[in-house]
Amino acid sequence: MSLKSKLESGKFAITCEVGPLKGTDITEVEEAAALLKDKVDAANVTDQQSSVMRLGSLATSGILINKGLEPIYQMTCRDRNRIALQSDLLSAWVMGIRNVLALTGDLPALGDHPAAKPVYDLDSVTLLHAIGRLNAGFDIAGNELKGKPAFFAGAVVKVDSDTEASMELQIAKLERKVAAGAKFIQTQAVYSADSFGKFMKRVAKLKVPVLAGVIPLKSAGMARFMNKNVSGVLVPEELIEKMADAEDKTATGIQICADLIKKLKPLCQGVHIMAIGWEKKVPSIIQAAGL
Amino acid sequence: MILSEPKPFEEITGYLEGEKSVFILGCNGCAQSSGSGGPVQVAEMKGKLEGAGKKVTGTKVIDFLCEKALVKSGLRGRVDEVAAADSILVMTCGIGVQAVAAAVNRVCHPACNTVNLGGSRGEWRGSERCQECGQCLLDYTGGICPLTACTKSLVSGACGGASNGKCELSPDKDCGWELIFNRLKAKNQLARLKVFINPLDHSKLMARPEMLATSRYALEQSDQEGR
Ligand code: SF4
Ligand code: SF4
Repeated sequence: MSLKSKLESGKFAITCEVGPLKGTDITEVEEAAALLKDKVDAANVTDQQSSVMRLGSLATSGILINKGLEPIYQMTCRDRNRIALQSDLLSAWVMGIRNVLALTGDLPALGDHPAAKPVYDLDSVTLLHAIGRLNAGFDIAGNELKGKPAFFAGAVVKVDSDTEASMELQIAKLERKVAAGAKFIQTQAVYSADSFGKFMKRVAKLKVPVLAGVIPLKSAGMARFMNKNVSGVLVPEELIEKMADAEDKTATGIQICADLIKKLKPLCQGVHIMAIGWEKKVPSIIQAAGL
Repeated sequence: MILSEPKPFEEITGYLEGEKSVFILGCNGCAQSSGSGGPVQVAEMKGKLEGAGKKVTGTKVIDFLCEKALVKSGLRGRVDEVAAADSILVMTCGIGVQAVAAAVNRVCHPACNTVNLGGSRGEWRGSERCQECGQCLLDYTGGICPLTACTKSLVSGACGGASNGKCELSPDKDCGWELIFNRLKAKNQLARLKVFINPLDHSKLMARPEMLATSRYALEQSDQEGR
């Protein structure tokens, strides 16, 4: 069942993430696809994540299709203008890609090519608008297409914010994203079912399926690093201590993640597991969460 | 020197929708020499707005709206007229609108588009910046320029990168969209965050061919300088 049918029929969806590597060696991507294809509904393919240049998300999404894993083609606005973005969307459709996730994209300054020209000709909202126009058979300049796609478009949101302005801006922008055509939402990693529940209450009126983002902890150091450097990620101190005290860090990390998924499940329509290098552990997380 | 040109009148009346009264501010600096916000244009605007059924509570043309201290001293005797208006229509460049929006706690509408001069800039000290985009969006952003205040020049709202109010670029730079949010909130204009803004028209962000060679100001001065 496709991600779209699954979410539209109200079933709980599981997605995960596959990150292309730097270079042409696709062994790991193929292995991850083979391992995950019957365990998740779809896998996000990240687009030059953290502004680090690597194999593209379009080609990697194609590899997933060949391997039988449905991709969610991530698209940022950092590197391409509206001509390239729309053209890549058309290319994606003819390659069999059906899901697109629209993102603004981190600044080049944060990656391994800090001197690159930032584009941001469109942003996440106007990219969703462009996808909607293509689905309707037109480009955003109003020209008619010969043959049109029917993308299932999604967007992201940050659940936890450190200022009132940031929180309200996230919700306001989510409203704009849904109005511009986002049909599903994946969240930044959450660690507290409480604050996630509060967030879900606020966005319930948007009536859009939300997949709660989770990142399994690998160590206390990783948790502290994320708290300090990843906007919107707030790992509670008690979980950091649990990881620090754990003898078997892998088993504890998986267990914490699975427990969290159990608490999030009744609040939302799916879970998005961002394993960040732990792709091979995703099946154990799913199993431990009883999904 | 900054070059601005009037926005279409319908765009301005669109901004004023739902408002009954307005105070008009003009500028004796670049806006006057641009022919977009001097005493003549302010008087014309007053007539047109009254014709469109708006009450104009007062008008004032100040030397250099880009300087907040001059804005404040210029409006000193006019506090009642400003307070009686639902908003202020500011007939000048993007810097001037931002300076008035920062200096006066009223909703401020831009009446002009600031056009690209290909590098030339005004020289007042202040944090307001204008990229001369030729499609001024200040009405939607509380009078803070999204092109210059936001590192990515986002028009649809904040990205997810800010931490504690600072931009993902650096802890030394405020997140422009958080500033915009706080300003909209202070001016009771949060509904502005719901408006869909079209992608920027980059053809307007580029300098027109004649601007790359010279500026209108340079043309005006060319006789005296014997060029
Ligand atoms: S939106 Fe910003 S760049 Fe554009 S004219 Fe207004 S102040 Fe200038
Ligand atoms: S953090 Fe704020 S200022 Fe920086 S790019 Fe994002 S929205 Fe713009």
